[in-house]
Amino acid sequence: MAKAANPAARDLSWFVDKLAQGLIFLGGISGILLIIGIFVFVSREGIGFVTNGLEWGEFFTSPAWRPTSKNPTFGALALIAGTASVTGLAMIVSVPLSLGAAVFIGEFAKGRTRELLKVLIEMLAAIPSVVWGFIGLSIMNEFIIDAFNVPVGLNVLNAGIILGLMAAPIMTTIAEDALKAVPDGYRQAAEAMGATRWQVIWRVVIPAAKNGLVAAVLLGVGRGFGETMAVLMASGHSINMPTSPFDSVRALTATIAAELGETAVGSEHYQALFFLGIFLFLITFLINLTADVVVRGIKKG
Amino acid sequence: MFGPTARTLQDQQVEQRVKIGLGVVTGLLVLPVLIILTLLVIKGGPMISMEFLFSDPTNGMTQGGIFPALVGTIWLVVFALLFSVPVGVAAALYLSEYAPDNWVTRAINLAIINLAGVPSIVHALFGVGAFVLFAGFGTSILAASLTLAVMTLPVVIVSTRESLQAVPMEFREACWSMGATRWQTIRRVVLPNSISGILTGVILEVSRTAGETAPIMFTGAAFFLPFLPETVWDQTMAMSLHLFVVSTQVPDVPEALPYGVALVMIAMVLTMNAVSIGFRMWLRGRRKW
Amino acid sequence: MVKLSVSDLAIDYGGKTVLSGVDLEIQENEIFGIIGPANSGKTSFLRAINRMDEFTDGMNVRGSVKLDGTEVKDWANVYALRRRIGVVFPLPVGLPMSVYDNVALSPRLNGIRNKAELDERVERCLTRAALWDEVKDRLDTLGSLLSGGQQQRLTIARALSQEPDLLLLDEFSIAVDPVTTMRIEDVLVDLKKDMTIVLVTNLVQQARRLADRTAFFLMGECVEIAGTEELFTGTVKDQRTRDYVEGRFG
Repeated sequence: MAKAANPAARDLSWFVDKLAQGLIFLGGISGILLIIGIFVFVSREGIGFVTNGLEWGEFFTSPAWRPTSKNPTFGALALIAGTASVTGLAMIVSVPLSLGAAVFIGEFAKGRTRELLKVLIEMLAAIPSVVWGFIGLSIMNEFIIDAFNVPVGLNVLNAGIILGLMAAPIMTTIAEDALKAVPDGYRQAAEAMGATRWQVIWRVVIPAAKNGLVAAVLLGVGRGFGETMAVLMASGHSINMPTSPFDSVRALTATIAAELGETAVGSEHYQALFFLGIFLFLITFLINLTADVVVRGIKKG
Repeated sequence: MFGPTARTLQDQQVEQRVKIGLGVVTGLLVLPVLIILTLLVIKGGPMISMEFLFSDPTNGMTQGGIFPALVGTIWLVVFALLFSVPVGVAAALYLSEYAPDNWVTRAINLAIINLAGVPSIVHALFGVGAFVLFAGFGTSILAASLTLAVMTLPVVIVSTRESLQAVPMEFREACWSMGATRWQTIRRVVLPNSISGILTGVILEVSRTAGETAPIMFTGAAFFLPFLPETVWDQTMAMSLHLFVVSTQVPDVPEALPYGVALVMIAMVLTMNAVSIGFRMWLRGRRKW
Repeated sequence: MVKLSVSDLAIDYGGKTVLSGVDLEIQENEIFGIIGPANSGKTSFLRAINRMDEFTDGMNVRGSVKLDGTEVKDWANVYALRRRIGVVFPLPVGLPMSVYDNVALSPRLNGIRNKAELDERVERCLTRAALWDEVKDRLDTLGSLLSGGQQQRLTIARALSQEPDLLLLDEFSIAVDPVTTMRIEDVLVDLKKDMTIVLVTNLVQQARRLADRTAFFLMGECVEIAGTEELFTGTVKDQRTRDYVEGRFG
């Protein structure tokens, strides 16, 4: 019943397969193309600042960001301090909460409770940035003014807590994965020696999951660094070096969002803002790269 | 001889306390969601009405409704999906069905993780540089939705890839040894059995896209427009930007108005998440192999 | 007439040799058995015949494999080659589509759309695979949800739907109950008149029952080929063959 097939014949399905392969490959490299593209196009608009007006010393050491004054200065120190202080506070809030929640959900909670908690955390993650910003503006603002008896509630504390809550879900999820990846064998060996649940977790599981937990924190930091709207709306508007959590600050991201609309395309101010973008891109790229290397450490064993 | 020793009892007490402590910590994380939702409902609830949803903002946006913002968000989401889903599915197919285990593949994976981590304002700058200026689209729904598509591409890729990889290898081998091409196998067996994952990614993307503000601020969304958009070359209002505007840029706005907008946004987002979760649970019951 | 001619075949995986120096000829319309312990290269041998090595990273095939006189490597359209060859794997695979669609898949890929034609082929193949009676009233059941024995017969039906001239079976009865195994063995004997069959098996007695000639593979080498009766009644040339056949190792 053999068909007299010509062994040399390439039919339609052969060509369709090759075409599909080509298109799929293009899709495959889209990620690389886009990351490169982002760097290229943001740099394209901001490179003028580097070649013309940028004084590296001033940029990194001066808190005087005055792009619209008669003699514009572009000292980014206050902005960097703003980002750092808000992100730092966010981590202080978020790391213990996330790790604690990850341990609780992963090791102690069972069945329905666990499902419910995971759903609630997913919902926390779903809240859009601008809504968080609004919460900072309204609810958190009033709360801080009342609770701490300060005149202004838009400050490092406000943005820090909000950012902490925003970064928590992803940190919790990754930490949970890291804890889950610890082989049951470790737990069973410890339990066989008579350790309680908590002792097993504290002395065996957490140390074993160290890499993943560090990665979780790194990703949380990355998220904090890159957050725009929430920080813009909750941290206040003053560009200054913060001396207490009740000071208003301005972050790098928020600066771009707040000022870009008022610049002329191609002006020095415009280019400076794009330069801030390149700066942000590189920092978050580094953080993500580090986190990835650390995570790869887990997968290898 | 085998009764509990004093040390064991003490250990168990510690364990109990730790368990409670961690439970409290988890509660602290989860409680804000509930508090926020409650407050939004209380303060924003009164604003919600058919009129609110379907009429235009009036009186310098201190009164009226949010209709053009809702419409605008829908435009943006639809076009963002149009651009990101085909590319995302293709990328996932490459990673799952074709990619050999070499440095190019590692680079692609790294690029996707980084793409997901780029700050939203940097995406906005990219959108301005690439779509508004370089491609010449100007500030438009086209530029804004392309920017959003780039931003949410990783979401589609990751969930599609997971779904594709969940299809057992035996199915592919059976098809290949029958003489089916890779594409025929993908089209007839792999993709149809991954639709669930693709849809989950799409729903998630819709939810994220509808909430984003920074990427659309300078690429196509406007604070206020007197008419609805008609083509992709038009600018548009959007829910996310509208919340920003009424809570920070409009003077004398009644307290409830921004709460109402926030409430509608949260309702949209949480509904989509609930649909996604429910969908996933339904799928778990429908095993096909 | 020689259906499949193999000469100086060598296979390695990333440098690790699993098969070398294999020379054999398989005649048309015979059942050719291949026996031998695990890791002798039997499965790799089958994969080289229909060029499935191209889907395995690191698998290298050297030497000559000719189907009907033409080197399989010279087929410009490898998919056309594979369509002529049916394969049954050790683990039963029911594709996650209806039983009907499972068996109609190959004809559809070949462009057959006519419903009557498809119906006829589906019924014919399921009947020949001894599965028709069990599924004829529920052709829309998912193939992946059938029992193991049914899935294996479904795999055979799928292979038959290709109207192949060569059928390769790789330890088909491992995951299948003895009753189904017997039924499939009867099917194979009946199929012999229409196609050539290569039967890799770890059940020495199965080769004895079914094969016209049998080859003994041991650790990457084709040690001996003989008519089945000779192989089993002791007139073998190589001591290792006798030891394996008599169960002294396995």
